Amino acid sequence: MKQVTESAVEEICRRFGNERTRMMDIVIAVQDRFGCVSREAMDAIARALGSQRVEVESVVSFYSFLSIRPQGKVVIRLCNDIVDWMKGYETVAESMAKELGVTMGETTADGAITLTSTPCIGMSDQAPAALVNDVVVTHLTPERGRQLVRDLKRHLDPQQLITMIGDGNNAHPLVHAMVRNNIRMRGPVLFADFEPGSALRRTLALEPQAVIDEIKASRLRGRGGAGFPAGLKWEFARKAPGKRRYILCNADEGEPGTFKDRVLLTECPDLMLEGMAIAGYAVGSETGIVYLRGEYRYLLAFLESVAEERRHQGLLGHDILGKKGFNFDIRFQLGAGAYICGEETALISSCEGLRGDPKNRPPFPPQKGYLDQPTIVNNVETFCCAPRIMIEGASWFAAMGSPRTTGTKLLSIAGDCRRPGVYEVPFGISAHELLEMTGAENPGAMLIGGPSRQMIGSSRFDGRICYDDLATGGAIIIFNRARNQLEIAEHYLDFFIEESCGYCTPCRVGLILLKKAVHKVVGGAGEPRDLDEMRDLSKFIIETSRCGLGQAAPNPVLGALENFTELYSGLVAERKPGLLPTFNLSEAVVDAEMRVGRQSEYV
Amino acid sequence: MSTITFMLDGRTVKARPDQTILKAAEDAGIYIPRLCAYKDLIPYGSCRVCSVRVNGRIQAACVQTVTEGSVVESDTPEINEFRRNLIDLLFVEGNHFCMFCEKSGLCELQALAYRFGITAPRYAYLNPKRDIDLSHPDVYLDHNRCILCGRCVRVSQELDQKNVFQFVERGWRKRLQVNGEQLARTDLRVTDAVVASCPVGALMKKRVGYAVPVGQRLYDVRPIGAEVEMKGGK
Repeated sequence: MKQVTESAVEEICRRFGNERTRMMDIVIAVQDRFGCVSREAMDAIARALGSQRVEVESVVSFYSFLSIRPQGKVVIRLCNDIVDWMKGYETVAESMAKELGVTMGETTADGAITLTSTPCIGMSDQAPAALVNDVVVTHLTPERGRQLVRDLKRHLDPQQLITMIGDGNNAHPLVHAMVRNNIRMRGPVLFADFEPGSALRRTLALEPQAVIDEIKASRLRGRGGAGFPAGLKWEFARKAPGKRRYILCNADEGEPGTFKDRVLLTECPDLMLEGMAIAGYAVGSETGIVYLRGEYRYLLAFLESVAEERRHQGLLGHDILGKKGFNFDIRFQLGAGAYICGEETALISSCEGLRGDPKNRPPFPPQKGYLDQPTIVNNVETFCCAPRIMIEGASWFAAMGSPRTTGTKLLSIAGDCRRPGVYEVPFGISAHELLEMTGAENPGAMLIGGPSRQMIGSSRFDGRICYDDLATGGAIIIFNRARNQLEIAEHYLDFFIEESCGYCTPCRVGLILLKKAVHKVVGGAGEPRDLDEMRDLSKFIIETSRCGLGQAAPNPVLGALENFTELYSGLVAERKPGLLPTFNLSEAVVDAEMRVGRQSEYV
Repeated sequence: MSTITFMLDGRTVKARPDQTILKAAEDAGIYIPRLCAYKDLIPYGSCRVCSVRVNGRIQAACVQTVTEGSVVESDTPEINEFRRNLIDLLFVEGNHFCMFCEKSGLCELQALAYRFGITAPRYAYLNPKRDIDLSHPDVYLDHNRCILCGRCVRVSQELDQKNVFQFVERGWRKRLQVNGEQLARTDLRVTDAVVASCPVGALMKKRVGYAVPVGQRLYDVRPIGAEVEMKGGK
């Protein structure tokens, strides 16, 4: 643990211009240097930025990868996503904990290694996986976990854990990761050959409005899941009054089960950066930001090198491709473990150096976004589509897919199937076809679009992937018939509870009460009216929550109630006396006993 | 100045185009219940008690600006049920003992509960363990009663030009934190606007206990919102 020195913190703050809006970069750099962001460090940051310590603390304490208290020199973050559970999370966690002599969340006595868990790190196709500092380790088994800990104890160097190198750019020296791409199906939009600059050249021959018209004509819709027409968004931002305009790329895919942007970032970074530059030209922006989730930090150096190469090629920077007055450059903004930052206004907050709280809407980002200026936020995949549309033409793109959902979609498919990985498929493909393609084993349910979307049972396997039917940002998880759907729903509810920002009442408190109701029923203490209460509470949370997280968080519970009604109803019975729906008598007795420090006579 | 017109619970209401639904309603003598909204602070929209249905969609009236011709529902059984739930949630999230609380009768949370006829929450209490900060000579902070509305955070910044309070952590762990851990170590003065801004009994002046007897206090004698409704001649 290095001594925090005022001058070192000052130097870091200076590197980011002593800008309050660069708080994320500052606190991440401080943590890199000193292992945590201690109170002394927060004081020093506050002094350098003319802020207060509590303001720094409000940011640091929001992000799960940032820590005020010292952590181990090496932090093992075992991914606890549902797919990892299905592939043996529990036994891996147990063997690692045993080998370290700690329980989950603890640091070894010598302060060397911390073992903790984290939600989906974007490796569902090679689960169980973990982050060891920034290094990704995949396909863990209890034996490998034990060996990993033994090795770490010896050298405390996560880099040395990498023995096998992945395919494609995972083998690039700046990536050097054991991650595998698992590209199972290559489509014409994302994975066809691409020559950097070729789309920009065509773009710059047009007027900006003509570029927007082309994107509009392609009917490209946002690939993050919401499906807002991209061209329209760009047009709003172009026409909105503002001093500057910003192009933000959402590379914060955090929806459990999603990993398709990981593959695009690894294999198609030029396509993405070119898409951003095209958007910059169309919207009239000079500045782009790629918001990269902290889990994908292992890709950062590589991505920065790609951007640097593009500067050398005249594809980023001043007078791009010789076009006088078209300046556009980007920076990467690293996240630090907060699912909510995938929500576009929370992402903007984070880029501004704030807690990842979503903002009030309207105004929407195209009117007033980053630093209160017109801003477009698009997903990695959306930007990757733009260059192809500029090269091949809007009608080529619109001819693919289904009528109201054009083009292809990159899906990340994992769970109970033989061929997990990414598939670039035309929109309109049926769930049933996906099960065939992936070699699904005895499928009983599919989670389309992750827990914030919908779980479908076999009766809906004829549904089609598109915005009018089975909408998805790309996450698809297959569950076989033996999987316990109630456990799955509860697991995802826990995920949303942990990832809620806590800003608004219904999401912050309502989800806890929903969890209590679910827990009561699953524990066998429920009454039929508890099921009604779960529905009412869910509807209330969905209606009154401030952002998409709260509006989606009850979906796993509602979905299980709808699709697997018999599972819940089999657990409830009329009981006397009637108790409050979220009240669990036996738990309350245990709680009371603990508080008063003696046993109750109640049995 | 130009005015726009919208419908609120079947009444035609005129408003300035930049007004929030909450303020426009207030000017028309219609009270929309609220907790986090306070004076002229930048609208925040965290408690959601002022939820209304605008053209079919639930929105917070304190942050949503009026739009020409929009149809707003506020005093409906459905919306009032949502509000009741929200008030319940805030009660069970903290530790609120009205009978021992100096704020009783002046507390906006309690007053809203009265207005909505809540005698007991419909959910089980969460009974969290929270601290009390008595370090400051003139002011105390009882986290048990804090409803995380953020008024103090914003008043300290926007009106007092200080930065005494902030939220730390997230989700259900989110809590109010003062600069430098303890109130005594902050630059808070008892004369700061923030001291009077707390809607509940979380941030309170010391040594002023029961100057007005319980039973004769503001919301003991008339319901919260009456001051707005009287303006409207109701």
